[in-house]
Amino acid sequence: MHSTSVPVLVNSADEKLSAIKEIRDLVAHRDLLWNLVRRDLTVRYKRSMIGFFWTMLNPLLTMMILTVVFSTIFRFEGIENFPTYFLSAYLVFGFFAQTTNQSMASLSWNGALMKRVRVPKSIFAVSTTLSGLVNLFLAYIPLFFIMLATGAPICLTVLYLPISFLLIAMFTLGVSLMLSALAVYFEDIQHMYQVVTIGLMYMTPIIYPISIVPYKWLWVIRINPLTHLVKLARDPVYGCTLPGQHVILASSAAAVIALVVGWVVFHRLARGFYLHV
Amino acid sequence: MSESAVEFQHVSLRFRIFAEQGINSFKEWAIRWITRRVRYRELVALSDVSFSVAAGHTVGIVGHNGAGKSTLLRVAAGILRPTGGTAIVRGRQAPVIELGLGFEAELSGRENIYFNGALLGRSPAEMEQRLEEIVAFADLHEFIDQPIRTYSTGMVARLAFAVATTVDAQILLLDEVLAVGDASFRIKCQDRLSAFRDAGVAILLVTHDLDAVETICDEALWLDKGVVRAFGSAPEIVARYKESVAEGPTVGGAIESTTFQG
Repeated sequence: MHSTSVPVLVNSADEKLSAIKEIRDLVAHRDLLWNLVRRDLTVRYKRSMIGFFWTMLNPLLTMMILTVVFSTIFRFEGIENFPTYFLSAYLVFGFFAQTTNQSMASLSWNGALMKRVRVPKSIFAVSTTLSGLVNLFLAYIPLFFIMLATGAPICLTVLYLPISFLLIAMFTLGVSLMLSALAVYFEDIQHMYQVVTIGLMYMTPIIYPISIVPYKWLWVIRINPLTHLVKLARDPVYGCTLPGQHVILASSAAAVIALVVGWVVFHRLARGFYLHV
Repeated sequence: MSESAVEFQHVSLRFRIFAEQGINSFKEWAIRWITRRVRYRELVALSDVSFSVAAGHTVGIVGHNGAGKSTLLRVAAGILRPTGGTAIVRGRQAPVIELGLGFEAELSGRENIYFNGALLGRSPAEMEQRLEEIVAFADLHEFIDQPIRTYSTGMVARLAFAVATTVDAQILLLDEVLAVGDASFRIKCQDRLSAFRDAGVAILLVTHDLDAVETICDEALWLDKGVVRAFGSAPEIVARYKESVAEGPTVGGAIESTTFQG
């Protein structure tokens, strides 16, 4: 990893603390990144033998509850295969909500670490996003079983999912960077954000079809980036179609803007982490 | 003489903090921001610090609590970036700012060795090579596959010291780590430090143990409220420092703090 000649490891006059430098730093710390992801996953699954099956069980149970509620109590006309409709969007929203919430906690937890070794500070948001992605992939296994059981068609368009995941992960990382940096300064951000998460869930067409939204409120749904990101993951699974051009465009724009804004905020606030964690 | 391993040129470090205590909620901050009542205070942690450590030399840092000793070590470790001046560190460093850093209670001693190595920027391959040596030094053969939560405090400290110092490094940064373990382990630690020094490793040592500074260190740096009071041969600095402690509270030095609106 380091050359044999004596390298200058720390030179504070080196002012290039840019995004590119951070990425290079993350690559140099890839062993640590891998260790953090593995720690996240083992601590999560090690505790119980059914740990792995729990990830499978959770969407299954959620689906059962929501299917009962929405196919017998509230009924939306014209949604076939409701479980698939719902889960194909809910899984990625769940990834977004869990990862953003966890990164806030993880940056504060790892504050002691940051004070004592030189690590790229964004590594905690990145590792949380990566372990979230692993969980997301795993959650698709029960979804496909559910689709088989309910007779929903499975098409080759699911091969598009990795591209959807990439854009969703970029967006999630951007939001995580921003929120985790703010959470270091303000304790109440975490609690406020939990409420925001619930609001976002209902601002996104996950449970209901977009067609039931009154015209007057349609703009609210449309400016919500998650609407497009969720559609990006739903279309290949539920609709058997590739996402349309405007969905791809809106999603890519959301991903890039979130990442840039998230990084700028994170970088500006990172200097003061030392006094606040 | 070749280039110094650690070189501080007029290093200053200032923090901007909220002037009022307790702005730690967003609500509070937002209200103050809207009413334009967010005030900041400047905190000077280090002020115009210059010194250097040559390869194979050991420099002890002495001073009262809050004098900026640990801050200085963190600047050398690259954890904090100075707001003024230049800090240059030439070589691979092993920072031991706190022992047992990042140890995970649920993971075994072995897994923790790899995790800790990764934190210090060491590859798994390198840690694998060193594993035997680490386990032998920490004297933990039977326990290495047990979760760390079953270890005693002394065992954890031994493992931590072993991991931190069983690595290739040209610079060692030690913060109050000599006081771990029993007497025999402490002797082992001191032997290891001398071995490092003979191998040309530069050591920066923060400790309250003035006898250790006198016996281990070549030079000493006396910090007082972020300002260098004196830098020179270890016995001389320790003598002057002891004298000043005997005289009572120090005068001089400066933590300026100015309040301003931001």
